Amino acid sequence: MISFAFKRLLLAVPTLLVMLTAIFVLVRLVPGDAASVILGDQATEASLRAMRARLGLDQPIQVQYLHFLAEVLTGNLGQSLSSGRTVVQEVLLVLPSTIQLTLAAVTIGIVLGLPLGILAALGRNSWIDYVSRLVSLLGLSFPAFVSGILLLIVFAIQLGWFPVLTSDSTDPLERLRSLALPALNLGLILMAYVVRVTRSSMLGVLGEDYIRTARAKGVTPTRLVMRHALRNGLIPVVTVVGLYFGTLIGNSVLTEIIFNRPGLGKLIFGALNARDYTLLEGLMIIFAICVIVVNTLTDITYGLIDPRVKYK
Amino acid sequence: MTSFPRPALDLRNLRTEFRIRDRWYPAVRNVSVSLMPNETLAVVGESGSGKSVTALSILRLLPHAGARIQGGEVLFEGQDLVTLSEREMSSIRGNSIAMIFQEPMTSLNPTMTVGDQIAEAILIHRGGSRMQAKAEALRLLEEVKIPSPKSRLDEYPHQFSGGMRQRVMIAMALACHPRVLLADEPTTALDVTIQAQVLSQLEELKQAYGMSMLFITHNLGVVAQIADRVAVMYAGEIVELATVDALFAKPMHPYTAALLRAMPRADRGTENLEPIPGSVPALSAVPAGCSYAPRCPFKERTCLDLHPELVSSGDPGHLVRCPVRPVGGVH
Ligand SMILES: Nc1ncnc2c1ncn2[C@@H]1O[C@H](COP(=O)(O)OP(=O)(O)OP(=O)(O)O)[C@@H](O)[C@H]1O
Ligand code: SF4
Ligand SMILES: [Mg+2]
Repeated sequence: MISFAFKRLLLAVPTLLVMLTAIFVLVRLVPGDAASVILGDQATEASLRAMRARLGLDQPIQVQYLHFLAEVLTGNLGQSLSSGRTVVQEVLLVLPSTIQLTLAAVTIGIVLGLPLGILAALGRNSWIDYVSRLVSLLGLSFPAFVSGILLLIVFAIQLGWFPVLTSDSTDPLERLRSLALPALNLGLILMAYVVRVTRSSMLGVLGEDYIRTARAKGVTPTRLVMRHALRNGLIPVVTVVGLYFGTLIGNSVLTEIIFNRPGLGKLIFGALNARDYTLLEGLMIIFAICVIVVNTLTDITYGLIDPRVKYK
Repeated sequence: MTSFPRPALDLRNLRTEFRIRDRWYPAVRNVSVSLMPNETLAVVGESGSGKSVTALSILRLLPHAGARIQGGEVLFEGQDLVTLSEREMSSIRGNSIAMIFQEPMTSLNPTMTVGDQIAEAILIHRGGSRMQAKAEALRLLEEVKIPSPKSRLDEYPHQFSGGMRQRVMIAMALACHPRVLLADEPTTALDVTIQAQVLSQLEELKQAYGMSMLFITHNLGVVAQIADRVAVMYAGEIVELATVDALFAKPMHPYTAALLRAMPRADRGTENLEPIPGSVPALSAVPAGCSYAPRCPFKERTCLDLHPELVSSGDPGHLVRCPVRPVGGVH
């Protein structure tokens, strides 16, 4: 298992290089050039030249590329143009908030979605199956900003159970209360996916020959599901949760804006508005790294669940 | 009263149905047969004749929806298995009646070690510690002659060949020393040499464990090698029931005779094989009279209307479901 995990990590290195190169090229494809984008139309030739020198854009492209790689690999993602802090500092400021939101959303998605999906598969065409289908239909048909606004209107404004704006209070209970709605907004969407995938995957697994073998051995229904079916049925669920991380980033931008919550999503929105070119580039790199890490973790999880994966 | 030994398993008028487009059709039609202690009873017939459904009905392993046992009894140790609760049934499955399946490649759980899968049966029915159960699993792997069993105990099914997996299945089935073993084409998916090994091993273990065996196959060669008696099934019914010797020497039902002619034999070249024309009718299209009539070269007009009963052929213990051709055999 350890060597399998190690091999997976090694595989992530070329992926990272490709993504970094893609980001490098993309950023340099910006029409006009970065300096004029940052300074706007009114900039003088002198200030443009100064900005280019500051960004290293006056160097030959291959020198820029090597410099870029060297900086990234040593953890230097440059300085935010608007705040003057380094990109890493900016990210570290909001990272805890984003991690809280992400973990809460994933927990909600799995803790609610998995059991509902399993029960729906077991009681096919029962009321719980219909509930599960309704839930996944609703979850999948509302875009994150619509469901976010709905949650705000109903639970924060009408019912007043949760704060409308994220409070910066240090009281843990208060923080939890302001985490609830954004986490629900992201979590319910994930839950919709998880319910749907769990249901169909469990239905497939329950029809497998080895499930019949287990029954022939005298395995009782609960054990049949928990010990024999679930582990095999989990593989597609892991895929969905892993893939959802990509969507999560997009949805978290919307969610953080709607709930006025600090986080990476809000940061990227701010950087866009402020034309903070270096911050934007740094954030892209960080997101790329996040996605690669999540994919690698997903692959390693496959290996933990399914012994066959390791030997392929 | 004669003192016949009590059968190990006694099927009486067993009838199992499937729902197809809102109607129920029988796949097993009033099957009555007893399996005697230490006996191997082979069940033969073409694909779709109801062999597997019969075995699955005994252990009540049919799908939950769309299948039902519509009538009859399955008597085992003084109980009718048909009427037991699901919980009572669980305590019999894998304990006093075990089953092995045709598909060794898909019948083992891919995410559980072979040792755990064998030990599970012991833990469920015998209790005790995991250590003890694993030790017993090791002994069983040795018994079914898996090479270097100690290291293989913690391996997963995909690391085993087909023949080895079938041995694991056998070890799993034997774990609790069942009285009755239902073997549903346990060697069909294996190549010929492995098939012979697994067969002789099954035979040995049957003797050692003192089991009765219901052995399902469509290979009459295997029947000659392993069985004491044979039940020939066609379209969900037993059409002939006899000892192996009587059946091979003097088949009475035209279907049995056709099966024998379709079987490759050492004393005949393969060019003389006669495949049986036509096929087993679908559940929803079983003819009203004799089910075999559409394919039968001996059929008479009455065959189309009268559904024949399974009756004595005149030879003791030899039953046949064909009033036209029982005398003298149909070679
Ligand atoms: N779950 C099911 N639903 C509907 N029909 C079924 C089901 N299982 C079996 N049948 C039907 O019941 C009949 C008997 O099937 P069965 O599996 O017992 O055949 P078999 O004699 O074991 O054949 P084989 O040699 O192919 O294993 C077939 O017509 C089959 O199509
Ligand atoms: S009853 Fe008639 S049709 Fe049926 S097997 Fe006998 S001869 Fe053939
Ligand atoms: Mg079968």
